[in-house]
Amino acid sequence: MLAGLAVVVGCLSLGPVLRLVVEAVAPGGQPGLAVAARVLAAPATWVAAWHTIATSLAGTVISGLLGCALALALALTDIRAKGPIVFLFTMLLMVPSQVTAVAWIELTGPASPLLRPLGLAPAPGTSNPLYSPGGIALLLGIEHAPLVFLTLRAALRALPADLVEAARASGAGPGRVLRTVILPLTAPALGAGLMLAFVSSIGNFGTPALLAIPARYPMLTTAIYQRLAGFGPRVLAEVATLSMVLGALAIAGIAAQRALIGRRDRRLASTGAELPPAELGRWRVPVEALVWLGLAGLLLVPLGALFGTALVQAYGQPLGVDTVTLANFRYVLLDHAPTGRALVNSFGLAAAAGALLVGVAVLLAYFGAWRASRLARLLAHTAELPYALPGVVLAIACILLFIRPLPLIGIGLYDTVWIILLAYLARFLTLALRPVAAAFAQLDPALEEAAEMTGAGLGRRLATVILPLVAPAAAAGALLVFVTAFNELTVSALLWSSGHETLGVVVFSLEQAGDTVLAAALASATVIVTALLMLLASRLARGLPRGVLPWQA
Amino acid sequence: MASLTLEAVSKRFPGAAAPAVDGVDLAVRDGEFLAILGASGCGKTTLLRLAAGFERPTAGRILLDDRLVADAGRMVPAERRGIGIVFQSYALWPHMDVAGNVGYALAGRGVRGAEYDRQVEAALAAVGLTGFGARRPGDLSGGQRQRVALARCLAMAPGLVLLDEPLANLDVHLKASLQDEFAAFRVKTGATMVYITHDQAEAMALADRIAVMATGRIVQLAAPELLYREPATPLVAGFIGKGAVLPATVIGPVAAGRVRVEIAGLGVVARAQPDQRPGPALLCVRPEDLALVGADEAGIAAVCRRALYQGGGYLIELDVEAWPDLTLPLVVPPGIVLRMGESLRLTIRDGWVIPNG
Repeated sequence: MLAGLAVVVGCLSLGPVLRLVVEAVAPGGQPGLAVAARVLAAPATWVAAWHTIATSLAGTVISGLLGCALALALALTDIRAKGPIVFLFTMLLMVPSQVTAVAWIELTGPASPLLRPLGLAPAPGTSNPLYSPGGIALLLGIEHAPLVFLTLRAALRALPADLVEAARASGAGPGRVLRTVILPLTAPALGAGLMLAFVSSIGNFGTPALLAIPARYPMLTTAIYQRLAGFGPRVLAEVATLSMVLGALAIAGIAAQRALIGRRDRRLASTGAELPPAELGRWRVPVEALVWLGLAGLLLVPLGALFGTALVQAYGQPLGVDTVTLANFRYVLLDHAPTGRALVNSFGLAAAAGALLVGVAVLLAYFGAWRASRLARLLAHTAELPYALPGVVLAIACILLFIRPLPLIGIGLYDTVWIILLAYLARFLTLALRPVAAAFAQLDPALEEAAEMTGAGLGRRLATVILPLVAPAAAAGALLVFVTAFNELTVSALLWSSGHETLGVVVFSLEQAGDTVLAAALASATVIVTALLMLLASRLARGLPRGVLPWQA
Repeated sequence: MASLTLEAVSKRFPGAAAPAVDGVDLAVRDGEFLAILGASGCGKTTLLRLAAGFERPTAGRILLDDRLVADAGRMVPAERRGIGIVFQSYALWPHMDVAGNVGYALAGRGVRGAEYDRQVEAALAAVGLTGFGARRPGDLSGGQRQRVALARCLAMAPGLVLLDEPLANLDVHLKASLQDEFAAFRVKTGATMVYITHDQAEAMALADRIAVMATGRIVQLAAPELLYREPATPLVAGFIGKGAVLPATVIGPVAAGRVRVEIAGLGVVARAQPDQRPGPALLCVRPEDLALVGADEAGIAAVCRRALYQGGGYLIELDVEAWPDLTLPLVVPPGIVLRMGESLRLTIRDGWVIPNG
């Protein structure tokens, strides 16, 4: 069983990446570095690379400031309603990029339903200020701030209280404790969170697609997309090289992140309790107000603009009693044929990916945790690769793998929905695996040994002991995969074909085609579905070990 | 040096059914070594955290010397109490070297340069870790880590030191050597010390007085010998030292602090409070209060249940028909060997009538 698992996971995780490497050194099957050399010599490549790095770095600074401030406020102080704050802040990450981008475009554009009534919107006819490097960096920063927040908060929670208490007993006030104890001890985690935000920014497609393309500001992901969309498979070798550049940047970031996490000194892992929150006293209400003001500005106001745009009869109308309508929602969800297909496709893809991956994840985590299989643990690490690599890179690799009919059976997957499913399976396995692995780590292997003692075989143990114990975590993992796949754009933007659109692709196409109101309506519906699925997952994950779902308080 | 006073201090955590600390009055004298002894969950750690300034009392007052540091309304934060604390987990900062840990409080007070180095080195020398300044805490053994924690405390020159089960994670030999270290610390600094422990031997060895805690209250506060000889409640009698608590009847006084007691048909003269009234009572009997007697002498019939070799003599656990739920401990001198199931007679030569029995 483990061997079968190894073949499946190994092929899914390593196959695409290896194929990509082969293409770079042997384009079209002919060994030679000419194509790679040409692409690497072209100034356009380095302009795009520089744009990607510059906006990602600026975005990472923004992520760092936002994520750091909130993590400190939440982990160290007694502000109230932490659950809702974490949930809303994590939504910045869970709402897909293309939807966030549409929301912000509506908020800051000349037709802004919120700013125009206040007289703050740009003059009609002028371009949206977000169509700029600054705008791209801002949105990348906001979307990935939860990554910094979650990493730093986890480290703050793992900080033993007695280290802080010892400093206070030595006469250190709050400022000195923060400077000399808390920040130095959590600095590696903060660095790792920043690297994570940077790598995610580099690989982000939705934001550059909607902001950088109209701004005529080439970036790596958009350059790959535009070239492939414009010239088709004959430029595959070329975009493969481009995506290798992107992949190399990402791998450098991941390596830095790993190194930082490894630097944490665990030898003194104290048994101390969790840090009790500091009482803010009369400062509590102002701090809470600041947090909620920030959440409103980062999430609620842009989403308000999105809904405001989606709820009027015609683009640019002010939202009022006589203009409000649900007609756009009805049209786009019920009558618009591509959306209808996309709903079916995205739902089917997400459900299939969730169901299949959770099965693989349970087996893999079981062998890794309870059977102490090194192979299973290695596979679990391997599974992180397709998720850590930018989606564009994975998509190009999948095209390379499946553009020709499969050997032996002669069936072609290119231009079908199956290539998207395979890419999703490769990309999201690690999402399903993490909660299940966390659940196994908390369970006593003796529970299974007791079942073995009674003579139960592996099948019976799986059905009667293992599955029931990890079922809530598995369900949470499946939902996590479902939400992410349902909202996915980056991979499907390169892999979709006519009739096989995904929801992300349709939102992107509608916005690009100028069907702003319809794009906003579909994006609004996506936001609602995402929030509902997140709530559902929280319900399922109640009583599970902390950290199974990122947005759990 | 400093004194610590708790007046009717209570602490109830939100959502808890019972208060963790329940109306505790405690006066720790200037320069005293006081141990707070209790089973886990008795509230002793909460009491220490209240004194340290990590928890706010729900009722009562805490004073450091004559300074009010906490009541239900006001609270001086821990960093302004100047209390030294030695943690069970050592709580050494892993990102600083040993010298950085030890000199942390000095740096906060603005001590710099040669004076800083001198004081850090002096503190390290005092715990026998001269030259360890550049090491990382992670490279040290458990005992060395606790010495560093002690040096950190020493460098602060605190008037009051709180020790939270500082030996709980160490093996027997290290315990003994660190106990010496604590005693030396006290002699050197004259600091008042409050020592939290669940280990009665540790408390007995170190403390001037011991406060026995149970369910958030102090049950008895007394010097170790008094606690052993005159436990105030059956709980203290059972917790401190070996022994048994036996049902008896007080007949009446025979001398100052002495009463005649009838126990299982045997007449015994036992120690008691001066105002001990006649009637049913509980008698605390220690192993040294029991003795074997011949078959024809007055005594209680007993059966040897178990013989535990203690080095030198045996500790015998005895079953007595009259008290089927109890076992009596008896220390027999070297040379006497009793077998399991062997019958014998014993007498009670002394005992303590538990006043709150």
